[in-house]
Amino acid sequence: MSAEGTRRPRVGVLAVQGAVSEHEAALVDVGARTSRVRVPADLDGLDGLVIPGGESTTFGLVAGESGLLDAVRLRVDQGLPVLGTCAGMIMLARGIAGGGPQPLIGGMDIVVRRNAFGRQVHSFEAPVDVSVLGDPPVRGIFIRAPWIEQVGPSVEVLAEHGGHPVAARDATRIVAAFHPELTDDRRLHRLFVEGLGGSAAGTEHEEDTVVGAQ
Amino acid sequence: MSDDVAGNGAQGATGTDAVKAGLARMLKGGVIMDVVNAEQAKIAEDAGACAVMALERIPAEIRKAGGVARMSDPEMIMGIQECVTIPVMAKCRIGHVVEAQVLQALEIDYIDESEVLTPADEASHVDKRQFTVPFVCGATGLGEALRRIAEGAAMIRTKGEAGTGNVVEAVRHMKTITQDVRRVVSATPDERFAIAKEMAAPLELVEWVGHHGRLPVVNFSAGGIATPADAALMMHLGAEGVFVGSGIFMSEDPPARARAIVEATTHWDDPEVVARVSRGLREAMPGIEIGELGEGGLLQTRGW
Repeated sequence: MSAEGTRRPRVGVLAVQGAVSEHEAALVDVGARTSRVRVPADLDGLDGLVIPGGESTTFGLVAGESGLLDAVRLRVDQGLPVLGTCAGMIMLARGIAGGGPQPLIGGMDIVVRRNAFGRQVHSFEAPVDVSVLGDPPVRGIFIRAPWIEQVGPSVEVLAEHGGHPVAARDATRIVAAFHPELTDDRRLHRLFVEGLGGSAAGTEHEEDTVVGAQ
Repeated sequence: MSDDVAGNGAQGATGTDAVKAGLARMLKGGVIMDVVNAEQAKIAEDAGACAVMALERIPAEIRKAGGVARMSDPEMIMGIQECVTIPVMAKCRIGHVVEAQVLQALEIDYIDESEVLTPADEASHVDKRQFTVPFVCGATGLGEALRRIAEGAAMIRTKGEAGTGNVVEAVRHMKTITQDVRRVVSATPDERFAIAKEMAAPLELVEWVGHHGRLPVVNFSAGGIATPADAALMMHLGAEGVFVGSGIFMSEDPPARARAIVEATTHWDDPEVVARVSRGLREAMPGIEIGELGEGGLLQTRGW
């Protein structure tokens, strides 16, 4: 926990289920400290949060019952920066095309379609041009992946594949339908972590304001 | 570990190693539940299962019924696929290439080439590299795990002793794999030649394990898990997730037990949570002492 010289941002990874260690490895590679988020108290002191790939129905049920989902929603609404991949993107969407009773974190003005590219036999990898990451294209690994079906005015589409948006961001959130954490390409994680410096301080300040107002 | 079956789908390259092993990575920390019909599949999904395994009879029933256990009726599998959105797995017999092809044609998400069914080939397992759909296979030690991975398995699970409600064999297999990995890691390069020979495993995979200190694919635990504490125990021993077969739907209150096992798998290192979710679950499945099965009654010795 040493912070000699420049401060390393602390990023939590939602660890209900899914590809947690892959994100941790990527975050460490780009200079972040990591911790696992399983209960609401684990959110204390975080500068950012990653919601990994996994099964979004499992996330919703397990995190919903423990109050973790509400706690994450509160922090995200207050401006905690979040990176969500695959199931993480679904959790951050404001809605799911075709509906379903599944609980979400929400907050990002996108509507996603689950398993949009089909079952596992149709899962694939393909180069994806992500506008903000430049050349070369990202090796996009799509596993029973969702796509984005509706995008609100606050959201910038970062990448498309097959005519569908597959990566996007707004002021505090970055989402991708594919899995950069399964590759050695750290550009998306670097983009996320480098964006934390200023917003992390802002989050702390915002929390102070909220406490003061109450 | 080769990409020789990688094909080209409408969107990109399908069936690559990254895509096949990647789905197993998304299942980590989760519970995969055996189900025999759509109603059970729904209960499993509503309890937070990260996938379901569709099969005709759960292992405890297969034990009781005897006879030849085969791949499930496609009708039943399709009924399960229609009612859940989580991945659906199904079992084929060891070495039964055509059952595996049928399951791929049904667009099953993962094929379990399983010792729980009656083996179809006493010499060879399925060449899993020829499939776009990924395979999970059972193992009792590192050598067996690496043989399956060489054949193209994208996920490993301990065999345990299915249908017994007795976790002792799963524990033994998980500890054996862990101890084998430690041994390979601490071995010198020349010793790894001898280990590869002794384990009957490909040298390059033995060397990969030596460098990385783990299996090249995700490793779950299966076989005899019946309680939330059993699931947490397997996670404690290094499993990356659990399969629960008979343990849920042979118990008195399947929805509550399913839910509790999911919670205990996520919070395996928090005894207070495991204690809380273990309360009031009514009777677990009746267990079987492994010694009572005799040599002929063991499923784990199927396959090599």
